[in-house]
Amino acid sequence: MVIDLDKCSGCQACVVACHAENNIAIIGPEEAAKGRTIHWIELIPYIEGEYPHIKARLLPRPCMHCDHPPCTKVCPVNATYINEEGLVAQINHRCIGCRYCTTACPYTVKYFNWYEPQWPKEMKGSLNRDVSLRTKGVVEKCTFCHHRLLKAREKAKAEGREFLPDEYIPACVQACPSGAMTFGDLNDAFSTVSRLSRERRAFRLLEDLGTEPKVFYLSEGM
Amino acid sequence: MEEKHLTLEQDAILFEPIRKTGKAFYLTLSILVAVILWAAWAYLHQYRYGLGITGLARPIFWGVYITNFVFFIGISHAGTLISAILRLAKAEWRRSITRSAEVITVLVLFFGVGNILMDLGRPDRMLNIIQYAQFQSPLLWDVASISVYLIASSIYLYLPLIPDIALLRDHSGKRNWFYRLLALGWNGTEKQHHRLEKAIAFMAILVIPVAISVHTVVSFVFAMTIQPMWHSAIFGPYFVAGAIFSGIAALIVAMAVIRKVYHLEDYLRPVHFNNLGILLLVMTLLWFYFTFTEYLTTYYGGEPVHMAIFWLKFTGRFAPYFWGMFLFCFVIPLPILSLRKTRTVTGTLIASISVIIGMWLERFIIVVPTLTNPRLPNEAVIYFPTWVEWSLFAGCIAFFILLYMIFTKLFPIVSIWEVREGREKSIAEVRERIKTYLPGIAIE
Repeated sequence: MVIDLDKCSGCQACVVACHAENNIAIIGPEEAAKGRTIHWIELIPYIEGEYPHIKARLLPRPCMHCDHPPCTKVCPVNATYINEEGLVAQINHRCIGCRYCTTACPYTVKYFNWYEPQWPKEMKGSLNRDVSLRTKGVVEKCTFCHHRLLKAREKAKAEGREFLPDEYIPACVQACPSGAMTFGDLNDAFSTVSRLSRERRAFRLLEDLGTEPKVFYLSEGM
Repeated sequence: MEEKHLTLEQDAILFEPIRKTGKAFYLTLSILVAVILWAAWAYLHQYRYGLGITGLARPIFWGVYITNFVFFIGISHAGTLISAILRLAKAEWRRSITRSAEVITVLVLFFGVGNILMDLGRPDRMLNIIQYAQFQSPLLWDVASISVYLIASSIYLYLPLIPDIALLRDHSGKRNWFYRLLALGWNGTEKQHHRLEKAIAFMAILVIPVAISVHTVVSFVFAMTIQPMWHSAIFGPYFVAGAIFSGIAALIVAMAVIRKVYHLEDYLRPVHFNNLGILLLVMTLLWFYFTFTEYLTTYYGGEPVHMAIFWLKFTGRFAPYFWGMFLFCFVIPLPILSLRKTRTVTGTLIASISVIIGMWLERFIIVVPTLTNPRLPNEAVIYFPTWVEWSLFAGCIAFFILLYMIFTKLFPIVSIWEVREGREKSIAEVRERIKTYLPGIAIE
């Protein structure tokens, strides 16, 4: 995934789309103030420099889906692991809720269900049936909308043709109104994401940790 | 038979707690049970509603429970390790203190493990740890290491108990079937004694590396992540030293209480407290050495992510905890333990209580500040443990004291046969041993 910060307007459409797509629980203002919200993608404020030369920017942060994720190493029950797609997956029904992965992740992209997830009555009918609901006491995280990938694969299979990488994009990418987010196969040297990731403006978060994130950012100013 | 009775009279006071149970015992018992029931209720509350009723939040995913886990496992290093070292070193003054030390280890381990279980979001899935065991995770190393330690230290507690259990079987009318079962047909023959001593020596050697591995892998839970001020190579030995430090302190407190309650002034003498006080002094200095090295290295490295947490501890929000730790772990115990005049029963007791408080703060100061300050900007969340967490902490301590009390009601808290062996054999043995050290004396 590539996120062009020069195009991002900070509208948070990606956050909203993600919430709707992935059945993320509604936490409520009281618990949110305590730091109990769940956002698989979140806009984090980056403040650089000191007054008066201060610069603030917002940075959409999904899971980095690292090639060397610090979180998978520490899970005692293999509930988080790199799947055959190269995505960092989470098995919510195996997780014991020890929160070791949440503390080990340097990007703090993992979230815990402090209570039983809840939705207002009106929303219950519109939950996405492709995404399983989590219970209290387990960790959840961004999956790059893995269910969409599965669906697209099955569709291709049913139609009896080869699956193409551009047949599926995550909800956040789909919702981005300014076209700041691009999704595709980084291994394919001719794909858009691959080309963008090699741009001069490209960088990754906390690159010095050696986690090899699969999310690239583009920015003129950094 | 008559002669046997006579020998029993000799250490009669050690049987008193088993024979008679006074009002004070039942009063303490009921207070402890009340605390435990309260804690059980608090836990049921947590089980029902979720971990949301603790003070934890993102990014401070770990708090008092993990602090207690490290703390209790640390306390467990009192017993088995110290007892094993003293046994192997043939330190004669060990005889009346080993039992009370070994009991601490076995009992407190349950609360170390218990705190991890309380911390789980889904305790009902805890057996996944076996079913889907992923040995790359340091938590699994803990599971493995602590299980071995629990088994080894239980055996190590049980072995020296056998002759005393046999004594109870022969002389105490109460619970005869129970002692008969546990005594394993011990009747004190030469051959049995020989076997027992061999077994104890073997366990004493085995248990030392296991004990060291336990606290090393506890530290690895933190050190194996890349989080600032956790990812440190010194953590293994630092944790082991801290564990022995708090362990000795716990042992001194336990001994002081037993001495007072069961009137064992003749068995647990000022010399025991003096000697353990010196050991505690050594650990105080070692603790300072490790702490100093850890923080100086961080300071000179000067990496911003590390320094953020460094200053959080030194001058920031966690400064009261940090300097509290320094006060309790170093400033208070150091002078008390250094001076011969204050290294008394009361003096070492005060120093020990101070060390225990200080070491709890140290565990807290390791767990929480690092999590408070993640690498990416985050909402400023302040962690305050709630009543649930404090209740469970109180419950653990009460339960531990309760089990310890019950143990003293079932078994002698001072190893009777070892004390007798000391009186009967060791004086001559030591005399011979000293001769072998000295030049100019012919060895017969």
